[in-house]
Amino acid sequence: MKLVTAVIKPFKLDDVKDALETFGVQGLTVGEVSGYGRQRGHTEVYRGAEYTVDFVPKVRLDVVVADDDAKDVVDVIVKAASTGQIGDGKVWTTPVDELVRVRTGERGSEAL
Amino acid sequence: MHIDAGDTAWVLGSAALVLFMTPGLALFYGGMVRSKNVLSIMIQNLACIAIVSVVWAVAAYSLAFGPDAGGGFIGTFHLAGLAHPEMAVPGLDLHVPPLAFAAFQMMFAVITAALLTGTGADRMHFNGFLALAALWTLVVYAPIAHWIFSPNGWLAQRGVLDFAGGNVVEVDSGASALALALVLGVRRGWPRETMAPHSLPLTVLGAGILWFGWFGFNAGSALGSGSLAAQALIGTQLAACAGVVGWLIVERWQTGHATTLGAASGAVCGLVAITPACGFVNSMAAIVIGLVGGVVGVLAVRVKFRFGYDDSLDVVGVHGACGLAGTLLVGAFATKAVNAHIAHEGFVTGGGGYLLGVQALALLVTIAWAFSGTWLLSQLVQRTIGLRVSNEVEVQGLDTAIHAESAYDFASMRAGQAGF
Repeated sequence: MKLVTAVIKPFKLDDVKDALETFGVQGLTVGEVSGYGRQRGHTEVYRGAEYTVDFVPKVRLDVVVADDDAKDVVDVIVKAASTGQIGDGKVWTTPVDELVRVRTGERGSEAL
Repeated sequence: MHIDAGDTAWVLGSAALVLFMTPGLALFYGGMVRSKNVLSIMIQNLACIAIVSVVWAVAAYSLAFGPDAGGGFIGTFHLAGLAHPEMAVPGLDLHVPPLAFAAFQMMFAVITAALLTGTGADRMHFNGFLALAALWTLVVYAPIAHWIFSPNGWLAQRGVLDFAGGNVVEVDSGASALALALVLGVRRGWPRETMAPHSLPLTVLGAGILWFGWFGFNAGSALGSGSLAAQALIGTQLAACAGVVGWLIVERWQTGHATTLGAASGAVCGLVAITPACGFVNSMAAIVIGLVGGVVGVLAVRVKFRFGYDDSLDVVGVHGACGLAGTLLVGAFATKAVNAHIAHEGFVTGGGGYLLGVQALALLVTIAWAFSGTWLLSQLVQRTIGLRVSNEVEVQGLDTAIHAESAYDFASMRAGQAGF
């Protein structure tokens, strides 16, 4: 199994969620995060004083999928989250050792 | 003493308008601080109304407007405790009850002290501020009000013109703010760290309330409801608008953006600049004065970065610098066509340089007294009950650390998150 993690633009969340549902992903976890990449932050001006805002609001998604699906899920997210503009975000995968469904105690791919 | 019903109604109403400016100031300043300190600003302004009103009634009113103690320097305690309410205010030919005048002037003392909350924002302790506000009203504000607002004052006797407090309120608070900023020292992390306003909508609402109340402040200073009040009111409106234009043009040119905070600040700068002048100059001069106010303001708020004093919300730049500009411009544009009672006209209006000279004298004396008086009082408070909060309190935020409350419940504001 693999954990697919994506950091995307907040307004792209609905598109990504719909695309993942269409692909057949059963669930995902979402959080509001902030950070920066090569895009960096932006500048604000108050009474002539310039402030650099380093951390830009983003949405982070986590979804656990079967090994065979991981590459396709990454592609689905990248396609749905892309605007072609700077600051679109990143997607990465991490190996997952163990997965348990809390209610039933099912383990491994049965818990997906 | 003849009491005029219309004059009395307008002065009483104006007292209420000027009172409303201080909660307006609380919003104006509250929006500009970080979210952890917004309530400290609010309570300091509310408590300032409470404490200065009482100090005013008990003693400060008499020091400012009571019978002169000699030399036009200070009033006696004859009116202390608002005694002798039937006695005419010395030197003034009023058609309103003396207590209406005392109430109206009370609100001026309140907001002048309240302006100091803008300089101490983020680091001034509530207890220390209250002590400072009470002492400051007696030692700094009351004498300056006597010199200029009381016709028996030594500066008023020399022909100094200050219709609604360009000197007594604005330059006074600006010079005091500079001294307070120096005694308090800079905030932790200033100017390196971001200390951006947490809610500009609050600031805009506050600016709107200030603007609204300023009609009572300026037009109420006619102390009657006739044509002079009307001239002061229209001049006030025009100067506020010109102040917005002046600030935004320079800001757009300097930074590439016209900002909301700039528009709100520009309005206040225009209002400050016209304050000493609105009962002495015509409407077109009011536009010029407001425009100058806006331009002076946007340039003056940058000065603190060059000299390294942390005047948090720019009381020096907005009130000191624009009040100074407006007071000098009275020396240019004052005319008997607007106010027949003045002794000298401005140099543009054909009166020569005398008025400009005494206006400059009044500025120098006001700045010297306000700066040194505030510096000494701030040191006194700092060394006794304390004026600056501890580092720990400053980092945590004054709202939770001193007042045990927070303005916003961030935990439950985000939909779908557990409120832990």
